[in-house]
Amino acid sequence: MIYDEPLFLPAGDSAVVVELGDAIDPRVNRRVHNLADAIDAAAASGDIHGIVDFLPTYRSALIQYDPLAISADELEARVRRLVRGRSAAPDKPARVMRIPTLYGGEYGPDIGFVAERAGMSEEDVVAVHSGAEYLVYMMGFSPGFAYLGGLDPRLTTPRLTTPRLEIPAGAVGIAEAQTGVYPMASPGGWQLIGRTPLRLFDAGRQPPALLKAGDFVRFAPLASQAEYDELRRQADAGEYDAVAGEAAR
Amino acid sequence: MSDARGAPTLEIISPGMLTTVQDKGRWGYQRFGMPTAGAMDAFALRCANLLAGNDDGAAGLETTAIGPRIRLLADACVAITGADAQPTLDGEPMPMWEAVCAGAGAVIALGAPRDGVRAYLAVSGGVDVPMVMGSRSTYIKAGIGGLEGRALRAGDVLRAGVSPRGAAHSRGRMPPGGVPRYGRGDPIGVVLGPQDSAFTAAGIDAFLTSEYAVSMDADRMGCRLEGPPIERASGADVISDGNPMGAVQVPGDGKPIILMADRGTTGGYTKIGVVASADIGKMAQAMPGAALRFRAMSVERAQNALRAQEAILAAIRESASAAPPPRIAAIADGEVAAITDILGEDGAAAAF
Repeated sequence: MIYDEPLFLPAGDSAVVVELGDAIDPRVNRRVHNLADAIDAAAASGDIHGIVDFLPTYRSALIQYDPLAISADELEARVRRLVRGRSAAPDKPARVMRIPTLYGGEYGPDIGFVAERAGMSEEDVVAVHSGAEYLVYMMGFSPGFAYLGGLDPRLTTPRLTTPRLEIPAGAVGIAEAQTGVYPMASPGGWQLIGRTPLRLFDAGRQPPALLKAGDFVRFAPLASQAEYDELRRQADAGEYDAVAGEAAR
Repeated sequence: MSDARGAPTLEIISPGMLTTVQDKGRWGYQRFGMPTAGAMDAFALRCANLLAGNDDGAAGLETTAIGPRIRLLADACVAITGADAQPTLDGEPMPMWEAVCAGAGAVIALGAPRDGVRAYLAVSGGVDVPMVMGSRSTYIKAGIGGLEGRALRAGDVLRAGVSPRGAAHSRGRMPPGGVPRYGRGDPIGVVLGPQDSAFTAAGIDAFLTSEYAVSMDADRMGCRLEGPPIERASGADVISDGNPMGAVQVPGDGKPIILMADRGTTGGYTKIGVVASADIGKMAQAMPGAALRFRAMSVERAQNALRAQEAILAAIRESASAAPPPRIAAIADGEVAAITDILGEDGAAAAF
């Protein structure tokens, strides 16, 4: 579970892994995001320097630093202090992001298979999938891809035996116990159940990724292609706000 | 970098095997899943930039194996570094690791290096492509950065930025012993961790004493090695964590993969170690079939090696600010005017 003291594992001469727990667990993961917030704040106020990049993952963070600007020992001492300070402070609320999704049909060719495996109707698959709140444990794999936790175990479905050569950006799928959204067109083996008109990743936007680690995600079913098209237009015009609210972490 | 758009300066006549625009990489966006990309042998690119009178963070060209042919569309100073691509300027041998100034119309050709894989070409003012997320580096897989997010093609034209101080006033020289030597089989330093405890003592020993061959499966993303499998004490998978440059990940078959510039940000294979920053260039230049050996280095020693490399860059910078402005003769004829040939003259202002 959560370690009493974080582990500092060397990751070369310019990076260190700070490990905060031993499992994929929302409480451990929350500590990682708290550390991210603390480091961002410390870097912004000049309390810590020499950090080149900060990469939060399930139960640890990779801190890349400039060894010419800060020694490994000083970095460790400062990060330990930040971890202690954050443990005492109240958690910042997390964003709840709404991902409108047109389920089934042309956009969700595998929803029937998922429904059959789960022993439920396609409508129930939509209700179960869109009824849950998912935690963005981390971003990775490809630009803008969110590792989501919280899929109802009944929807667990193996990957396609033969991956598709191209899955379009915005495809919403299931692979084993994971659900997620393809941020860009790529080959892949996920079971596709729908598609969102939102752009999960746009290199020209700041920040480029719609989601960030620590967010919560809700999928919201769309009623029609017309609604999808309208939201796509709004998303492309920068008029769509995916932030649906805040939630306690 | 100046806001003013520079002039069209480099025309790609033929692109070679894989030539891309790269700089020091796209840092600060890995938390969104964005790989850093950037030069594989960043030290070589930074040297090229400083030699050409640029900031070391400017963008240049990275070539792969078979080099490109490039026509200058404007008078420019270029510096070529990295693997020995036996460059020519209008058919005549052209020195590497120093700035060479030539006139519009000159043709620079890079061959196939025998001591490494990648050469770097910096042009005074830097290659001017749009900045995307703080970097000009090309990340082909997502079509981001560089020229339209892709490898260069025949007919492409690249602009050079406007050199803030005037490149002719600020070119530098390599200090003695500063040019790296590739392909000599020197062991590559590795800092053990973060998951070295997932391997047996015999496994770590095998990694540090055996010879590994670079497989054909070696690209900007990573380099798969062939050799004795590394024995593990626990499973091949860890809870996915961050991938630093040079991470040595060991998947289920026990054969190491070195993660390089286009690596995914996160991964779930155990990492036995991470290549020392100062030896990343050696790794980037390792050709398929080359034999590699690894040696363990402490964090402190690896950082000292990095400091030594930074001292070389500082020396180039210093030589640039100390150098008298070179006088360029016969530039319109495209004649080679290597900076070392003209330094020590009276230092009159450059003619262009």
